Amino acid sequence: MSEDESVLLIGEDIGVYGGAFKVTEGLLESFGEKRVIETPISENSFMGVATGLAMMGFKPVVEIMFMDFIALAFDQILNHTTKFHYMYNGQVNIPMVIRTPAGAKGGYGPSHSQSLEALFIGIPGLKVVAPSDPYTAKGLLKSAINDPNPVLFVENKVLYGTKGEVPEESYLIPLNQAMIRREGTDLTIISYSRMLQLSLKVASFLEKQGVTLEVLDLISLSPLDEEAIIASIKKTKRVVVVDEGCKTGGIGAEISALLAEEAIEYLDAPIIRVGLPNVPIPASIFLERHVIPDEQKILDAVDQCLNW
Amino acid sequence: MTTKIGEQKLLEIFGKMTLIRSFEQKINWLFSKGMIGGTSHLYIGQEAVAVGVCHVLRDDDYVLSTHRGHGHLLAKGGDPKKLMAELMGKKSGYCGGKGGTQHLCAKDINFLGTNGLTAGAIPIATGVALAIKLSNSNNLVVSFFGDGASNHGNFHESLNMASIWKLPIIFLCENNLYAMSLPVSKSTSIMDIYLRAASYSMKGLPCDGMDVFSVISTVEEAVRWVRAGNGPCLVEAKTYRFCGHSKSDQLKYRTREEENAWKKRDPIKLLKMHMLDSKIEPSVLETIEEEQMNLVEEAVKYAQDDDPPVARVASSGVFLNA
Repeated sequence: MSEDESVLLIGEDIGVYGGAFKVTEGLLESFGEKRVIETPISENSFMGVATGLAMMGFKPVVEIMFMDFIALAFDQILNHTTKFHYMYNGQVNIPMVIRTPAGAKGGYGPSHSQSLEALFIGIPGLKVVAPSDPYTAKGLLKSAINDPNPVLFVENKVLYGTKGEVPEESYLIPLNQAMIRREGTDLTIISYSRMLQLSLKVASFLEKQGVTLEVLDLISLSPLDEEAIIASIKKTKRVVVVDEGCKTGGIGAEISALLAEEAIEYLDAPIIRVGLPNVPIPASIFLERHVIPDEQKILDAVDQCLNW
Repeated sequence: MTTKIGEQKLLEIFGKMTLIRSFEQKINWLFSKGMIGGTSHLYIGQEAVAVGVCHVLRDDDYVLSTHRGHGHLLAKGGDPKKLMAELMGKKSGYCGGKGGTQHLCAKDINFLGTNGLTAGAIPIATGVALAIKLSNSNNLVVSFFGDGASNHGNFHESLNMASIWKLPIIFLCENNLYAMSLPVSKSTSIMDIYLRAASYSMKGLPCDGMDVFSVISTVEEAVRWVRAGNGPCLVEAKTYRFCGHSKSDQLKYRTREEENAWKKRDPIKLLKMHMLDSKIEPSVLETIEEEQMNLVEEAVKYAQDDDPPVARVASSGVFLNA
């Protein structure tokens, strides 16, 4: 924001309150009300307002307080924000970032816990990214803001507490590239966001037992880095895909379809998906833990795939 | 009726209204011949609204439109040739064939889009108005929509935001009495939609949408109010679409008597009567009518002669390359 005056923040309670998860804390004091624009609870219309601002050359960064609430802004995203550049034949472009916290965090319940990325990866004109650590978050957010197209930037509530090395200086992480977080030869776990961190823990655990897992951080969910995905599968010949969204029609399903089309001849075992069963996310922490993927569920899937 | 508008301007207004009428009649014919695909929502009957509004606006003011937007685009100064080419899906159309009737944009004249979603453009227009305010410009935005859109959440959300932020925008409701088929009496809690402005501490003004002078004087008042920095204004133009909602409409929901009563107040006829009363020669008006019809015929020829877009256009331009 200090480098580019056209960058504006728009959303609910992002000023004095600092956003529901304090991501924008202090920015109102630093940049004032003209750059940190607090809106009424009008998600569809403030998404439209941001689109109008973007058409006029501003670079709005929109906060949707919980990813679940993005449903209220879906029309603008689906029919306007992501379509204008194409359907107006390049007369306008929409440099916009939509930031939103997703994921279960111990008891938020059915309408405050969802990971809905899969609903967005099939929307042409929208890039979808999700960082899994502080270093990636900074560089990726900067790339998203610099990008002249709409970018959905999915944050995970549990990861807000993550600590990690973040350089002071400016740097960019590409919006379309996956990254190998851990090299291995026995099986590839493909994941992103919080589930990537859990996958790394599983890989560490198994290393002690002499099994080396490759862990691929997708970072970009749309477009998928097909080259990186297929290269890793060629190497390990086994794959488990882990994400926090519903298994049916999910990110794992899309990657499975990609591998079935492009890389089935390299696979020595069926693709295993770990995801949310097709149920709403219950509020009770005693129930939530049964549906949200955890290390044990990932481990079981890896075992199943290795022993097929 | 006011008569402060000079004869030359009056002739321009008449010309523009006639252009829209001829253009839309031609579209209707081209549809019936299968020469245009998709759907089309004709502006016939409402010409005084678009032309009256755009007459008051400056060239650098912005317009955002609806599904029934050919009239808005032409009134704003759009090129009938590029519009016709777009409707025929040709490469020289405003959007190279990618947009069509409900997704037309002409950025060169600050026309930021017709819109396929009822009430879809209202928030975007509000954002354009916020951009103007943040940039300390003194132009403004007109957001056209219909009576049906005034029942949409976007209407409420956007008018509220425009009011709290005192944005330079005129919300222009063209109340043509029917949202597709549902009459205002069955869809809307109030018959005078402009009164809804009061809920947003906003100025609200009604006008006779069949009388271009009523539209002009009302919009002039709205523009003065908005440009003076007082915030937004809601204008309701009471009007009537002479044709059906779209080409599939069999007009079962309204009577021929009602249609005929409104057609007696045809906005072009009313203006013509006024001009003849003001001693403008009938031959002058006939010449204008002929000129406008020729413009439409030229547009048709231009669009027919234009090439279709090449195949690769369909799969390109989804993203702007950084």
